[in-house]
Amino acid sequence: MVNIPVIRWGEEYESLETQELVHHATGDIIGTQSMANGGLITRDMRKAQQARDILKQFSIEELVEKMGKAGDLFVNGNLSIGDSEQTPQDFIVQQSATTGLPEHMVELGMSKNAFVMNNMGRIIDALTRGLPLDILSSGWGKEARGIPVSYQCQTPILAAVLPSNSPGVHTLWLPAVPLQIGLVLKPGQKEPWTPYRMFAAMVAAGIPKEIWCLYPGSGAEIGSAVLSKCKRSMIFGSKQTVDNYKGNPQVQAHGPGFSKILIGDDCVDNWEEYIDLIVESIYINGGRGCINTSSIWASRHTEEIAQALAEKLGPIEALPPTDPKAGLAAFTIDGMATAIWDSIKDDLDEDGVTHVTGQYGDRLIEKELCGYIRPTIVHCKSPENAIAQKEYMFPFASVVECPEDKMLGTIGETLVCTGITNNESLRNQLIDCTEIDRLNLGPVPTTKLNWLQPHEGNIIDFLFRNRAFQVPEELL
Amino acid sequence: MSDNLDQSVSDAKSKLDAHTHEIVQWHFHESTGSPFWLGKKAELNFDPLTEVKGFDDLKKFPLFEDEWLRGGPVNRWIPKGLEGQPTFVFETGGTTGIPKSRVVIEDHRLDYEMFSETLPDKYFPKGANWLMLGPSGPRRLRLAVEHLCQHRGGICFCIDLDPRWVVKVIKKGWMDHLEEYKKHCIDQAITVLTAGHDIKCMFATPKLLDQLATALEERGTSLPEIGITGIFSGGTEFTPQWTRYCVEELFGGPPEESGVYMTPTYGNTLMGLACSEPVTKENKYKITYHAPQPRAATEVVSFDDPNELVGYGETGRVKLTTLTRELFIPGFLERDEAEREEPHEMYPWDGVSGVRPYHVFAKSTTVGVY
Repeated sequence: MVNIPVIRWGEEYESLETQELVHHATGDIIGTQSMANGGLITRDMRKAQQARDILKQFSIEELVEKMGKAGDLFVNGNLSIGDSEQTPQDFIVQQSATTGLPEHMVELGMSKNAFVMNNMGRIIDALTRGLPLDILSSGWGKEARGIPVSYQCQTPILAAVLPSNSPGVHTLWLPAVPLQIGLVLKPGQKEPWTPYRMFAAMVAAGIPKEIWCLYPGSGAEIGSAVLSKCKRSMIFGSKQTVDNYKGNPQVQAHGPGFSKILIGDDCVDNWEEYIDLIVESIYINGGRGCINTSSIWASRHTEEIAQALAEKLGPIEALPPTDPKAGLAAFTIDGMATAIWDSIKDDLDEDGVTHVTGQYGDRLIEKELCGYIRPTIVHCKSPENAIAQKEYMFPFASVVECPEDKMLGTIGETLVCTGITNNESLRNQLIDCTEIDRLNLGPVPTTKLNWLQPHEGNIIDFLFRNRAFQVPEELL
Repeated sequence: MSDNLDQSVSDAKSKLDAHTHEIVQWHFHESTGSPFWLGKKAELNFDPLTEVKGFDDLKKFPLFEDEWLRGGPVNRWIPKGLEGQPTFVFETGGTTGIPKSRVVIEDHRLDYEMFSETLPDKYFPKGANWLMLGPSGPRRLRLAVEHLCQHRGGICFCIDLDPRWVVKVIKKGWMDHLEEYKKHCIDQAITVLTAGHDIKCMFATPKLLDQLATALEERGTSLPEIGITGIFSGGTEFTPQWTRYCVEELFGGPPEESGVYMTPTYGNTLMGLACSEPVTKENKYKITYHAPQPRAATEVVSFDDPNELVGYGETGRVKLTTLTRELFIPGFLERDEAEREEPHEMYPWDGVSGVRPYHVFAKSTTVGVY
C-alpha cells in the first residue's frame, strides 16, 4: 500500500482529500493518492520562474547526462515513491493493476521512456537541427555562418494534463527538463506511477526536486487550473479536447490520431505482402495509441484484406494482465467497454458496413469490475460510412474501399499515414497533403517511431520562439 | 455521550416532536393551512391532524417532490394564517425552463437571526459593514445576508452576479468568458473593499473567496490587510481540504494568528442555515453541520430506503425536513450525500459531515463560480 502525496516544487504535501488506487480486476486497494485543489496551483505558479532559474545553474549538457542516469534508475532502480520504496517490478505490477495494461506492455513502456532519457542528447540535437545548445540557455548566440540567432524561452515551466490510459505519452514532456524548463504535471487519475517514478529517478540522478510539481486531482478542477496558469501546456484527451484548444498557442492538445495506411493502386494487388505490417500497426501496444492504425484504405481487394486481418486478429482472446501473451488492455472505467461496443454496433447497422471478426466469437467481454473488447475489423464499401472515421482504444480498424484519386481528399485528419506506393505522383500528393502529420513513405508500420523526429509539433517550437535579434558587430 | 448531553439530546427530541405536532396542525387545519397542503390532504391515506404526534410520524407522508415547487400560482404555498402579509418569492435553479420557487414572509430573517447567534463577535463585530460576494437576483441568499448584516447593525454592500449565466457559459464551454465573468465579479468586490466603506465581514462562495484572496495578493494586499476579520461561506465544495487551504494559504493561519475567522454553512432555499461545529486543524478541518432544529432537521438515510437512518459514521443521502409556519416539507431527498454524525453539545441532535454531491447525480452537476 503506497501513499502518494502532492508535490509542490519538490516538497511533499499530504492533502486531506485522497483517492484510492484500485486494481482494475480484483478491486483491491493498492494505494492512495493525495488530491490537490485548484487554489494550490494558482499559488504555486507564482514561483514558476524559480524552476528555470534552478535548472539554468546546470548546462544543458549536464542535464542531458543526468537524464541518462535517471533513465537507468527509472528502469533498474529502487526508488522512493511517496511513503514507500518501489522496485521496478513493483512499478510494473502497480501500473498494470490500475490501468489495465498487461504487465509486459508496461515493461515495454518503461524501456521506451528510458530509451528517450538515455538518448536525450541526440533527440535534442535532432529537434533543434543541430543548434548550439547554449543558444537555448542564454537566449541568443551565433550560427556557424556568423549570423546572430535567438531562441527566446516562452515559459519557465511546461505543464501537462496527462491521461490514465496511455503511459507512452510521457516521452513527449521529457525533453523539457534538459531544456532547463520545470515541470508541472497532473497525472492521470489511474496512472500516477510514471510521473512519480520519473520524478524520483530524476531527483536520484541529481536533478533538483524543486523544479517539479505533481498535482493529482480531479480532471476538471486541476486540469483547468494548470492550463490557465501555465504559459505552455500539453493536454491529452478526446477529439473535443483537441478542438477546444485548436489555435491556442499556449496549449498543445493531443488526442486521437486517426492514423491510416493507404495502399496505392500500384501495390494493392500485392496486398498479402503488407498484412503483417498492418496487423502490427493495429494491434501493437493493445491498439491504444494515437499511432495505431484505425483504417486501411485501398481501391480494391479491400474485402480480402479485411478477411486476412480478421483471421490474424479475430481469434485473439482477452488474457489476464500477468500473462506474457496478453495483447489487450482492460477498460477500467465501469461500463466503458459496453458503451463503446454499443456505439460500434450502431455503426455496424449502416449499409455497406460488414463486421468481419464476428465469426471469431463475441467481441465484448464483460468482467465484474472491468471490460475488454477483442480486436475488431470492419469492412466499409465507402468512405462515407460513419465507422470509417472512427478510432477506439483497442485493436480496431476499418478497411475502406476508396478510389485512389479520392483518398487524400477524404481521409481527414491523420496523425500518422503510411503510404504504400511507388507511384511518384501519389507520393508527391502524400507529401503535400496537409491533413497528414507524420508521413511514412513505403511499408513502415504507423506505430514505428523514430525518436529523432518531432511528434505532433516540435517541442522546441512550442517552448522557444525563434525571433529576430541584432547586436553590434563587436558583441558577436 | 455524557449524561448532560444525553439529557440535552432527549430534550431536543421532545422539542422537535412538539414542534412537529404544532406545525402539522397549522398546515393542515382548514383555517390556517396553505391551499397546496389542504389539497394534498385529500390524497393522503391518513389524517395528519390526528395521526402526526411527533417527528417520526412524518414518515407517513410521501417524500416531498421539489418539482411541485415549479411554476405558479405561488400563492398556493401561502398558509391562510399568513395571508395578506408582505411576501417574497425566491427561486432556485432556472438556467433553463421554469425555476423552482418558494414564497417567504420572514423565514429568511428568522433563520439568519438564529445563525447570527453562532457568530463570534470578535471576528464578526456588531455594527461592522459587510460585503455580499455571492449571487444576486431572485435568491434568498442575497436578501438573507443583507438582513444578517443589518440585524448585526451594519450595512451590506453587494455585487451583481448572475449564476444562471455562469452555468450557461460553462455548458457552452466558453471558459474564457467564465474567467472574465469571475474577474468582473472580483473587480466589483475589490472596488467596494477599497472604497473606504470599512467592511470587516463578508459572505463569499468558495470559488469567489479563493479568487478574491488571490486578486488581493496580486495587488500587494490581503484579506486581513484590507480589514476582513469574519467570513461566512458555504456549499458542497466546502471540503476539509479546501478549508485547510483557506486557513493556511489564503488567510495566513488560524484566526488567533491571522485575525480571520471563517465559518462554513450548509443550506438552501428550502431549509434555513445549518451551522458547523468549530472547524480546527486539530480535527483535520472536519466540517460537521447541524440543522437549525426544530425549524428544520437533516437526517442521513439509506440510499435504498429514505425512511431508514444509517448508523453513525455511515454514508447515506441527506434528507431534509422543514417545519416552519411558512413552509412544511415532510422529507425531501437533497442532491447530496454525507456521513451521519453524533449530536454535539452546541447542537444536541444528529449532524452531517462530508457533504458532497450525491454520487449518482455528481457526474451531471455543473458547479459554477458560486
